Amino acid sequence: MSTPYAKLPAWADYGLIPLINLSVAFIVAGFVVMLVGENPFRAAVILVEGAFGRGTGIAFTLYYATTFIFSGLSVAVAVHCGLFNIGGEGQGYIAGLGIGVVCLAFDSVLPWWLTFPLAIIAAAGMGALWALIPAYLQARRGSHIVITTIMFNFIAASVMVYALVDVLKPAGSMAPQTRNFLPGAELPKLNWIIELFGAKIRSAPLNVCFILALVMAFLVWLLIWRTKLGYEMRTYGHSPKAARYAGISETRIILIAMVISGALAGMMALNPVMGDQHNVALDFVSGAGFVGIAVALMGRSHPVGIVLAAILFGMLYQGGAELAFEMPAISRDMIVIIQGLVILFAGALEHMFRPYIQALFASFSPKAVGIEAVKGKGA
Amino acid sequence: MDSFNAVVQVLDSTIRLSVPLLLACLAGLYSERAGIFDIGLEGKMLVGAFAGAAAASVFHSGFIGLGMAILISVAFAMVHGFASITHRGNQIVSGVAINFVAAGSTIILGQAWFQQGGRTPALQPGERFEAIVWPGADALRDVPLLGPIYSELISGHSILVYFAFAMVPFTWWVLFRTRFGLRMRAVGENPAAVDTAGISVAWLRYRALICTGILTGVAGAYLSMVQNGGFVKDMTAGKGYIALAALIFAKWRPVNAMFACLLFGFLDALSIRLQGTPLPIVGKVPVQFMQALPYVLTVILLAGFIGKAIPPRAGGVPYVKER
Repeated sequence: MSTPYAKLPAWADYGLIPLINLSVAFIVAGFVVMLVGENPFRAAVILVEGAFGRGTGIAFTLYYATTFIFSGLSVAVAVHCGLFNIGGEGQGYIAGLGIGVVCLAFDSVLPWWLTFPLAIIAAAGMGALWALIPAYLQARRGSHIVITTIMFNFIAASVMVYALVDVLKPAGSMAPQTRNFLPGAELPKLNWIIELFGAKIRSAPLNVCFILALVMAFLVWLLIWRTKLGYEMRTYGHSPKAARYAGISETRIILIAMVISGALAGMMALNPVMGDQHNVALDFVSGAGFVGIAVALMGRSHPVGIVLAAILFGMLYQGGAELAFEMPAISRDMIVIIQGLVILFAGALEHMFRPYIQALFASFSPKAVGIEAVKGKGA
Repeated sequence: MDSFNAVVQVLDSTIRLSVPLLLACLAGLYSERAGIFDIGLEGKMLVGAFAGAAAASVFHSGFIGLGMAILISVAFAMVHGFASITHRGNQIVSGVAINFVAAGSTIILGQAWFQQGGRTPALQPGERFEAIVWPGADALRDVPLLGPIYSELISGHSILVYFAFAMVPFTWWVLFRTRFGLRMRAVGENPAAVDTAGISVAWLRYRALICTGILTGVAGAYLSMVQNGGFVKDMTAGKGYIALAALIFAKWRPVNAMFACLLFGFLDALSIRLQGTPLPIVGKVPVQFMQALPYVLTVILLAGFIGKAIPPRAGGVPYVKER
């Protein structure tokens, strides 16, 4: 994408501008809180206290963050390759089917540390498969990946309803979900880490998936900035023409990027399914795939930024639950608004404040914003 | 005669179910023909539905409700325009954002204002749009064949249904027979050429988005004030995306759009009708299969197996004036 804007110093680009965008999103959200007739400052205090005030809150925050790290990484990998994978929701949902089949088959015979790798493979595989078809259609038949991945979200939802209601539901049960897994498919909790710091925790679902998420964040960083494949992906993302000229196969790079993206989206299902609910239920993803879009945008598609943004959204989810309890007028749907505003201001309107900040910087030191260089080129 | 009546009933519900799709689909047609991708049809319909039902029940007037639905929906369309035209943001990201803000704010404001779990109060007669019974519909009901068709299919819908179908030829006329339509199509294919001719690309695209907002507003009003007697949270339930699918299916043409929406509405009506009843030859078809069919068909079409869907060439690309 060509940016007609002059350069800013890196700290402003990756620190200041996202921070301003985020603040604007929260200020607008504050107005919505006022419209509902509550005090936005009190709401913010309750939100932060609910998320970080007690050990249980922290554990819940990190539990939610785990899912968002996966979905954020999924979106980011595709973005680096110039693709917009809006299908994380469906890829994660369908991955639940793979995890469910593995867990139901092995939970009585294998211990968790053998079931878990199998489930990871199943989740990543199903997610990748669900991303592979849109990727193939984009690469070979030129159909727009945004539209096909949206369609695949709906197809995934239909497949899952069919699978859960007509196939996997145990006989005699009314709820559209699988039977509960045996301990062989239950992931160990990580709450003891927080308890090391002296906090008390009453049953929070934070589990080993959190560590897996951090490992994946590191691996994504390695892939994007330290491998040939990652370089090719970024090249294609910046300029498909240049990539073609450099002899990078368009089909191959799109397929690989989307498969990785889909696999990451699939892995986000591990956290709620094996770490918390211990069954596959209808709608267990509940929007986490879409949160990934906000997380990736806010984290500027960098794994470190994504982990931070995921924790912020984990905080919103956990604190939002507390908020709904304290202020009945504000339900958890407030988070959906904040999410939308973050996507709007950090994503679609990311350049809105740029010219002003540039002017500000230019008035301090023209060199910092590269005014001379731009003039020299006659741009 | 029984099976004939069943067919008429299915076709009747086909019309009812395809109207919101048709309005949203035509709405998408305006913006996409002008080169602005609009994933946010869903969200705009949802705010339209909420604003319509809320205003109708507060002011006790269906038409104030409709006006409010259009106003709010256009406002959301302008946010999309502000982000994607003025600030050249990513159009898909902006559309996604609008869907989230719409989904969240309708529930929060609905709960805060009406305290009914995100619903608006049930609309009274006079606050919603009633069915219009055509002259002689009741008298002709018993005439074989033509009677049921006239009294069920043609007569007995609300004004918004006729509006939706009237919008099909109107949109065709605007698109292919007016100067505005010609320029709009040009700006979706080659904005630089339009700019060279001295016409403002941004203003044209904003006007196209206003049309989009009006139509999604009416679509939303139809959902909450005709199909349902009030707003229920998330009542669009993916219709905006099906409309998008229909738009692609129709290859961005108004008359095709009508047939695509009728087809998708028919599939929906059929899946409701056939719930649990076995079909000849294939046996019992899972409901989910019928529900997924519009999406599957769209993917197959996009893959180029049923003709080729070629989107407007400048779609999704923000226009940057050369300097």
